[in-house]
Amino acid sequence: MRSRFDKELDLLNNELIEMASLVEKSIENVTQALIHKDVELAKEVIEADKEIDNMENNIEARCLRLILQQHPVARDLRLISSILKMITDLERIGDQAQDIGEILLTLSKQNFKRDLIYLPKMAEATIKMVKESIDAFVNSDIELANQVIEYDDVVDNLFVTIKDELITLIREDVDFGEQSIDLLMIAKYFERIGDHAQNIAEWVVFSITGEHAGERKIQD
Amino acid sequence: MDKIKIENLNLYYNDFQALKNINMSTQQNKITAFIGPSGCGKSTLLKTLNRMNDLVEGCRITGKVLLDNEDIYGNIDVNMLRKRVGMVFQKPNPFPMSIYDNVAYGPRTHGIRSKRKLDEIVERSLRLGAIWDEVKDNLNKNALQLSGGQQQRICIARALAVNPEVLLMDEPTSALDPISTLKIEEVIQTLKKDYTIVIVTHNMQQATRVSDKTAFFLLGELIEYEDTEILFSTPKDQRTEDYITGRFG
Repeated sequence: MRSRFDKELDLLNNELIEMASLVEKSIENVTQALIHKDVELAKEVIEADKEIDNMENNIEARCLRLILQQHPVARDLRLISSILKMITDLERIGDQAQDIGEILLTLSKQNFKRDLIYLPKMAEATIKMVKESIDAFVNSDIELANQVIEYDDVVDNLFVTIKDELITLIREDVDFGEQSIDLLMIAKYFERIGDHAQNIAEWVVFSITGEHAGERKIQD
Repeated sequence: MDKIKIENLNLYYNDFQALKNINMSTQQNKITAFIGPSGCGKSTLLKTLNRMNDLVEGCRITGKVLLDNEDIYGNIDVNMLRKRVGMVFQKPNPFPMSIYDNVAYGPRTHGIRSKRKLDEIVERSLRLGAIWDEVKDNLNKNALQLSGGQQQRICIARALAVNPEVLLMDEPTSALDPISTLKIEEVIQTLKKDYTIVIVTHNMQQATRVSDKTAFFLLGELIEYEDTEILFSTPKDQRTEDYITGRFG
């Protein structure tokens, strides 16, 4: 009876997964570009953002069309409204990967004052969050979504550690001030990526339960 | 406050049981929507609320329907009941007479003769029906000459003229175009402050737009009764979910 609508919802799901995998690839690539000072890879990340933006536009158009044509209710409404919100977070993650890539264009040419230890750890933690938030969506896994929400604290703590370390570094050698600020900005971008992954996980919970995980946290 | 309380209500058409043990309340100054597939019993239940089913041969009812805590199936004047609980039908059905006489018909049958008083009632009712401005210069025009949407608003005004407490509406816009539908929906919203309204609708967008609470019926049973926003966003019963998302029905 509603085969056309179901087909459209399947397409929507697939497009979201495709967009998420592009975003995952971007943060993985930008992490590799950071670790290996790979300017070419950083340029690829910058370039890939256009494709992510296009996908956001396409998915948004499909969502709006479905709202217009199908007047979704109940789980259909929750799914479509969650996807509309999730693609905004995914697009922002893409932007932040691009921003990191742009910093790397100049930073990669410099010698680092110290080996990077916490920043790759932080990048790894955010990649895990993004991947698992999308896995939670694909498998309608509330438990995994809640784990992602909790895991944001790990990323936030790593940010504080990195910030403290960079403050010490600047104190020790003012000549590395600019480099330290670049590294701090990269850390901040990763921290924001973690926040967006947390948002995605919250929308996953909403699409399944109708309850927003963020609201529950505030009430607690 | 509960305006209408339905307790253990069963309704049979001869051997066929059309309503099965219905228990629910509609609140004063709220709009309650009844939804469900054809034959689910929603219109039948609506008609039990002012005893319209009394006219159906072979119809038998057990249980109670309380209006302000008084059983309407007890010792009660049915004409007075229908004055208190008015009804608007699916198809606009104005009487073949002038607009004025349509609206004045009810008050006249209840003994109001004063021209001044009737003028007042007619104007007030037509204003409530949001049709006064369109017909005020043509009150002697035959109501059947109006458009379908205007006729339906005349019927709403006619129902309001006897000053009811409850207004029952059986798919009041299903025969109307979108503009007339929106006008009627606006009327329903403004009437809420003075009346208790129960509306049967096949149009689920309409239920979400106008009602405070929605009841979903299936095969004569009340499946789920909830705040409209909750029922249409997070229904608890799988059968409700399947019906409102178009998976059956």
